[in-house]
Amino acid sequence: MMGMTMSQKILAAHAGVSEVKSGQLIMAKLDMVLGNDITSPVAINEFEKYGFDRVFSKDKISLVMDHFVPNKDIKAATQAKQSREFAKKYDIIHFYDAGRMGIEHALLPEQGIVKAGDLVIGADSHTCTYGALGAFSTGVGSTDMAAGMATGELWFKVPSAIKFNITGKLRPYISGKDVILHIIGMIGVDGALYKSMEFTGDGLKNLSMDDRLCIANMAIEAGAKNGIFEVDNITRDYMEHRVTSSYDVYHADADAEYDTVYDIDLSSIPHTVAFPHLPENARTPDNWGNVKIDQVVIGSCTNGRFSDIEAAAKIIGGKRIADGVRCIVIPATQQIYKEAMKAGYLEQFIDAGCVVSTPTCGPCLGGYMGVLAEGERCVSTTNRNFVGRMGHIKSEVYLASPEVAAASALTGRLTAPEEVL
Amino acid sequence: MQAKGIAHKYGDNIDTDVIIPARHLNTQDHLELASHCMEDIDSDFVKRVKQGDIIVGGYNFGCGSSREHAPIAIKSSGISCVIAKTFARIFYRNAINIGLPILECEAASDGIDAGDIVEIDFDTGLITNLTKREIYQAQAFPPFIQKIIRANGYLNSVKNK
Repeated sequence: MMGMTMSQKILAAHAGVSEVKSGQLIMAKLDMVLGNDITSPVAINEFEKYGFDRVFSKDKISLVMDHFVPNKDIKAATQAKQSREFAKKYDIIHFYDAGRMGIEHALLPEQGIVKAGDLVIGADSHTCTYGALGAFSTGVGSTDMAAGMATGELWFKVPSAIKFNITGKLRPYISGKDVILHIIGMIGVDGALYKSMEFTGDGLKNLSMDDRLCIANMAIEAGAKNGIFEVDNITRDYMEHRVTSSYDVYHADADAEYDTVYDIDLSSIPHTVAFPHLPENARTPDNWGNVKIDQVVIGSCTNGRFSDIEAAAKIIGGKRIADGVRCIVIPATQQIYKEAMKAGYLEQFIDAGCVVSTPTCGPCLGGYMGVLAEGERCVSTTNRNFVGRMGHIKSEVYLASPEVAAASALTGRLTAPEEVL
Repeated sequence: MQAKGIAHKYGDNIDTDVIIPARHLNTQDHLELASHCMEDIDSDFVKRVKQGDIIVGGYNFGCGSSREHAPIAIKSSGISCVIAKTFARIFYRNAINIGLPILECEAASDGIDAGDIVEIDFDTGLITNLTKREIYQAQAFPPFIQKIIRANGYLNSVKNK
């Protein structure tokens, strides 16, 4: 018997077999099926068109109204309404609407809805985020979501894996975003196509859950099927007060095969920004030049967590953002919003001249709450900088950490935080 | 099963945001999605495209978001097949699941130019460039996926089980 990776072990367990090999096609049982207000309506239409009249489990489906909610226009309102009615009809337990909702990939881990050892699919590409908890979690389309809701299982092609052996400790003002942008810069936007990215090594003890969630979140930007972290005490502590049921921890076999192994020394990671128009265009401060900006976005499923908001507040607090810059801060969930409020951070942002918004994916995908005009540039803690992603096709998005985004808001140009401290 | 049409050619990393920009994701109407297909990378595409035409891309076609609206927009605009060197994995699943034929073939991606007339035999994986009189061999689908395509989509195959 050949050794298996973490991802392969979770897939084997959910397929009810003792062994799987990369390239093998399997049917596997699902622990969670996720959709949002954009992808769920397409899935619901398919579900109904094919005459399904029951869901496999009312507490293993999550519907999160986060992309265009609070409703951005009449069409978006109609889609959210369709999801809402479906949730009511089938008594979906994990239905999250405006006021309770958060950005899905911040919300599900926070609420303990996903956990180590789970097999999760979501009709959203950043579903790979939950690999931070030691789950196998991957993005799919709406037809897969419909099939998942109806049957509780789905087909998978077992992936091979790339191993990232993490050592060392991040320097001050460097965070998970710099790590993943550095890695994508190294392997490219299809460097992990069809594969798992497995993160392990003794440097994991120096990576917080927020850092890990951010890193796993962007595995898809390297083309990966999933990103997954080895479970340790930091993961267990995070799940302790959130996850109420038991969970399974899978470790890779000592003889597991990897396509490639990379050693990543956290202490050597610099500030890293992805220039337009691909996440692989990673540049360090000496190659930034003078990039004048119009907007800053701090938020999203990648970087809207408490430590992100806190890091930005510690740089912006007590200062004023630059004239001519719009700085939009979006805590990713209601809980994070409340904690940031209690800590005084939201008031600091407002005093500095920032916009503070209720949770939404809005600007990340050019939906609303920060769409860019022709020729405008934005430094953003989001995850994609494709042509037209945040608005006009002649606008530009620079992907950065919360620390760099906050510093840039103060100066009006792409700036490393050390310059404004 | 066969397809024949004029090739529309694109480069590497054609992402789902340019295939169908998120500002149009407030609808699920297939024809409305088709009317905005490729608009951020090729604003004339919807005017040029004819029923049966073929899209040819490079590496990592369909990268980015999981929006099934992307293959839906392509299929509903009349495209009969997408050929690329590689596909991003979610787009690959979505295309199969909705019954949009896609083929991975480096030689075809390199050999076919915009405007070439291309014929495809899905049973054999043979791609014929009628304009250049060249033949390229694409990898055939594994039997499991062929079954989904024969059932005309994944939900049909689930429902028939």
